[in-house]
Amino acid sequence: MAATKTRTSSFSRNLPAASSAQSPEIKCGPNGTFLVSSGIPDLDKTLGGGIPLGSLVMVMEDSEAPHHMLLLRNFMSQGLVHKQPLLYASPSKDPRGFLGTLPSPSSPKDDKSRSHDAEQEKGLRIAWQYKKYFGENQSNLDGQRGMILFRFIVLYNKQEFSNEFDLRRPLDRHFYTGQHVDCISTKDLPNIAALQERCTSFLSQFSRNDATVACTGRIAIQSLCAPQCESSNMEWEMLSFIRSLKSTVRSAIAVAIITFPSSLVSATFCKRWQHLADCLVSVKAIPDEDKELAKLLTGYQDIVGFLNIHRVPRINTQVPAVLEATTLSIKLQKRRYLVLECLNQAPVDGSSGSSYGTSGSCSGASSKSGSLDF
Amino acid sequence: MDSRARNLLDEALGLDQLTQLKPPLGGKAVLIEDCVETSGSFVLHQLIKRLLTAVPNSSNVVLFLAFANPFSHYDRILRKLGCNLGAQREKGRFIFVDMLNVECPVGEEGKAGGRSGLFALFANITKVLNALPESNRKCLTIVIDDVSLMEVAAHGSSDHVLDFLHYCHTLTSDYGCSLVTLNHEDIYSSMDGLVFLKQMEYAADVLVKVEPLATGLAADVHGQFDGLQMTVLNRGSLNNRMSNFQFRIKENSVEYFYPGARA
Repeated sequence: MAATKTRTSSFSRNLPAASSAQSPEIKCGPNGTFLVSSGIPDLDKTLGGGIPLGSLVMVMEDSEAPHHMLLLRNFMSQGLVHKQPLLYASPSKDPRGFLGTLPSPSSPKDDKSRSHDAEQEKGLRIAWQYKKYFGENQSNLDGQRGMILFRFIVLYNKQEFSNEFDLRRPLDRHFYTGQHVDCISTKDLPNIAALQERCTSFLSQFSRNDATVACTGRIAIQSLCAPQCESSNMEWEMLSFIRSLKSTVRSAIAVAIITFPSSLVSATFCKRWQHLADCLVSVKAIPDEDKELAKLLTGYQDIVGFLNIHRVPRINTQVPAVLEATTLSIKLQKRRYLVLECLNQAPVDGSSGSSYGTSGSCSGASSKSGSLDF
Repeated sequence: MDSRARNLLDEALGLDQLTQLKPPLGGKAVLIEDCVETSGSFVLHQLIKRLLTAVPNSSNVVLFLAFANPFSHYDRILRKLGCNLGAQREKGRFIFVDMLNVECPVGEEGKAGGRSGLFALFANITKVLNALPESNRKCLTIVIDDVSLMEVAAHGSSDHVLDFLHYCHTLTSDYGCSLVTLNHEDIYSSMDGLVFLKQMEYAADVLVKVEPLATGLAADVHGQFDGLQMTVLNRGSLNNRMSNFQFRIKENSVEYFYPGARA
């Protein structure tokens, strides 16, 4: 987009068709990127607003707990709620059955103890829009090149950028029984090429060169390289697939998320997979009844696991993102809402304040914990 | 501050005396190593910027083999650094080869047809080289981002990738052009993988190793260069520069400073 137009002023913006104010599911990010929501508002905030279009998110699973499913569920639900086409691949025999377990957006009547961001207020919104039209044919325009228009747009904004999902309420059927949702089972695929073809044909609908693209595509691949899939032994083929998926997604108006059991992939290949990711996170289960951890962290009882953010998408920029906290705790508020929080250290009793590296999952986090109570 | 800061990395790479007559990197092969925690691509960006914009009207040409990111990504970044890649591309000084979707399959028997991928790539490079006037051939710098993805494109035949790199090295000695490659050293931690990395390191004249701080993340210091690894071979005499300095990456520049010396 930016390469074909010569910039006359530093205030020009090149917006793809889908990003106008009529689609709240996309918002503008830094450096000319556009962001979509991951389905978890806390994660969006940590990543700097959302997931940039064109990025590949990889989640390293913990073999002891299915917390990556929480991330996947919210990601998929968010896309379906926004009517974004979805391609879902999973090693189970019936991936479509999984769609019935996706969470529904929580209704505003539910009591929520956390306040919304100001930018997500529903109701009347007036947006001023400056747009440069280059020869577009619109009935209310002269079609002159370079004409700058003021537009007052009054929006009744029923859709939000990002929703809170209620894990206890399943998503309404009409969200996923459309043509725009496609499911593949990777269990019996003889090789990875079949999956690659499906992904490529899915993504061809979202090419950035095509001016008629109206929405964002989402790809969710669960447990790639799971042992029950026949193709899991072909490591280089897997890598080749991820590389081609990454480059196709990059040139498309889409995001892809892949979860994989990192402990089952050999170390060198795991590193290669990690380098391929634009956004890399890992989930870890929390041991039950760990007295040491219970002493260290407040709210230990509510935490189900940890989310570690290893890499934040850095598209169109060379500046690394230095997060305040790279480890967040995964909590289920009221057993319904997925919440990610910075770790809070329990008040330390004066003298010791010494090593907190009791468990591997916590050692990185404790030096970067959120608020210390002094 | 800026001219002093430029010198730390540029000195180590021999880039501080760019003139019209001398070839930019002196026909050297530079290997940049990084890891998941700290990306070394900013060194590539700095290099490209210095090569294309430091000396006005120079005949430096950069041939960029991109396996990792599309043109728009580099264009935006370099624009903020003060270098317009689109204009340089039009002038023929920046040649961008988009390898993101290109597979370089290699046949097992090494037939001509089977080696089409990397073979064709090398043929492309020599074509570009021969298209330049004879006196300017030493002003060509070949940049590869990054080598680990080239291995994936070649479906794991690291030997052929090494051969390809070796051929590129011969270009540096035959024509005096320079070669800059980026690779991720944390991928090659196992014994078999180490061979590949060591071969690359051996063949390189300059090794720039980027790593995170031992103490973890910091907003002010984004990482450091491994001092022992930055060596510059000066045509027979080993000139070890023990430069263990740190860096902080910003949108439009990178600050380099010795540990604790940040202004």
